[in-house]
Amino acid sequence: MNLLPYLVAVWLMGVGLYGIVTSRDLVHMVICLSVLQSSSYLVLLAIGYVDDAHAPVFADVPLGTRAVDPVVQALTLTDVVVGTTVTALLLALSVQAYKRYGKLDPQELRPERRLQRRD
Amino acid sequence: MTDLAPIAVAIPLITAAVLVAAGGTVPRRVVDVLACTASGACIVLCALVLHDTSDGTLVHWFGGWTPRDGVALGISFAIDQIGAGIALFAALLFLAAFVFCWRYFVVLGPIFHALMLVFLAAMLGFGYTGDLFNLFVFFELLSVAAYALVAYDIEEEGPLQGALNFAVTNTIGAFLILIGIALLYGRTGALNMAQVGEALAGRPADGLVVVSFTLIAVGFFVKAAVVPFHFWLADAYSVAPTPVCLLLSAVMSELGLYAFARVYATVFSGALGGDEAIQAVLLAAGTLTAVAGALMAFGQRHLKRMLAFATVSHVGLALIGIALLDGPGLGGAALFVVADGFVKASLFVSVGTVQHLFGSVDELRLHGRAHALWLTGPLMGLCALAMASLPPFGPWLGKTLIDQAARDAGQGWVVVVFVIASILTGAALLRATLRVFAGVGPREDPSIVGSPAPDEVDAELRFAKDRVPLTMTVPAVALAVAGLGMGVAPGLRAAAGDAAAPFFDRAGYAATVLHGQAGGAGGGAVPVPGIGEVLVGLLTVAGACGLAYLTLAPRRPRLHRLGVATGRAIAWLRPIHSGYVGDYVTWLLAGAAVMGGVFAVTLTT
Repeated sequence: MNLLPYLVAVWLMGVGLYGIVTSRDLVHMVICLSVLQSSSYLVLLAIGYVDDAHAPVFADVPLGTRAVDPVVQALTLTDVVVGTTVTALLLALSVQAYKRYGKLDPQELRPERRLQRRD
Repeated sequence: MTDLAPIAVAIPLITAAVLVAAGGTVPRRVVDVLACTASGACIVLCALVLHDTSDGTLVHWFGGWTPRDGVALGISFAIDQIGAGIALFAALLFLAAFVFCWRYFVVLGPIFHALMLVFLAAMLGFGYTGDLFNLFVFFELLSVAAYALVAYDIEEEGPLQGALNFAVTNTIGAFLILIGIALLYGRTGALNMAQVGEALAGRPADGLVVVSFTLIAVGFFVKAAVVPFHFWLADAYSVAPTPVCLLLSAVMSELGLYAFARVYATVFSGALGGDEAIQAVLLAAGTLTAVAGALMAFGQRHLKRMLAFATVSHVGLALIGIALLDGPGLGGAALFVVADGFVKASLFVSVGTVQHLFGSVDELRLHGRAHALWLTGPLMGLCALAMASLPPFGPWLGKTLIDQAARDAGQGWVVVVFVIASILTGAALLRATLRVFAGVGPREDPSIVGSPAPDEVDAELRFAKDRVPLTMTVPAVALAVAGLGMGVAPGLRAAAGDAAAPFFDRAGYAATVLHGQAGGAGGGAVPVPGIGEVLVGLLTVAGACGLAYLTLAPRRPRLHRLGVATGRAIAWLRPIHSGYVGDYVTWLLAGAAVMGGVFAVTLTT
């Protein structure tokens, strides 16, 4: 088992979470969320990875050949789709926020700030 | 008959696809009728499935990929009474929500109904599935549909912020769940819950299992809005369109708890047996959630926000029931969740009716304005009393059953939590009802610390406003009758016990799913509420009435000072609910770290 992908995944997770917590820009925040989610792709693929193995397609290799785990690849694909959906939705909300306020700072969207603006 | 369950999930999905494909060409009323028909069909199918589960857990393997020698390659639905029950409950609420939509919105595209139907399909699948990854996918599907529904009034200020906070925090929760599932797959090579549970059972838990359990628990607790993962909830529930609120508050949060209980029971209970630490953590989280939610509910003047925090509080109470990790506790929690969900949904419909007629959901601004609503007012008052656990109604019965199960498990102190939480939320709702419908009490209230609700000039609220439409009265009454009646319906208490008894039997579940043995039926015993429980209920109601009276009678200076003091006592909670998503994520991580730390110290050997 190679540790490197897991270390990278932990790094991506840390970077993504740090970015979300400190973000002052909605687009930046959405990208950080994508970074965070990409660490899950890495974890999934690393779990199913087998050294010196084929792609899990047995059309031109004999059955029983070492192959990487296709299940985690399917999971990763599903996860990518889910992540894209969330990213698209959040970006649409960000665009709407920008249209309305001319700003993308999530701090400005807080209820107190909204009330302050109104006064 | 197991083939009915996939059909129940497919019907709303197909209807949603048809609605989206047809676009704007279908007249609004046809869309309404289609949506109602689809949810009605789901109700029938879910009821049939629930009926079938009384003989034992139903297992359906998609494409006929049945397991061989205990190894499952296929994907399954594994439906027991609890899962089937929560699916039926969701379908019933959707029908009520669709009827309520009828006159609530003026301008409404078919997209709204399509999103709602996808939401329904995801909930049904979530209740039925027996596969971890499938659980995650349905979880994401219902989450994304919910984000979009919360943001439906995208031109308004609140929904944008609410939906953003909701989406970011819940996506992080879903991410944690996925990592937890991935770790389990790495360890066991399986995604079927029964098979993963079999693989983990019997061996002492190591670091990986504990980490995975923590991640999955935190992820589902974010969805269930357990303190300190609850911050997004009030932002989202208070701004969503009211028909959506009804669903979010009555069933979505509870699905988070359901999923936690399901995954714990089927996957982890074998490895993390002797669960004193888990029970302690869950009880602490439940207590904190129940009390914090109730305090915040008491401090609100925005009616939907008040109900949102009441939801948080009641999630805490249900979590206490689940924390007992036995049949009676879960049975009580299940009965409480459903009865309380119906009552909360009825309250949301009543608030939505007021909002429809007067364009506001602010308790102080609505002062006395709704006095002409002779049905909605008393109905809301009755529901508020029921929430304050008035015997013999449904919420009281649920709370009582949890109390008694806790006492049998040696945790009798939880009755104090139930009484405090019920008094605070009940008093808040009674106070609001009396103010809005009867004009009782002053127009200013020092005990309220929440910010006022914005006045609404929504496109959705432009109907002739001379009377309450029948499509609002009927769901409100029907939901209230369902919720209140659950306390007196014969046989329901025993049925809840029977449904919950096999839930924590991991080996039995695995034998049914993997080896096709019949099982998972009946045999539970739930305690019978006695005169003492009735008295506790009555005292709680008296406490709630007393507290409501205190806040409504400030002409007497001493009482007034008491009100101010209450407000101050709650005020420190408010800055924590900052509305800034970065803070929420920080709390989420801190909570996850604490939970993980406690589990790491106590569970590994």
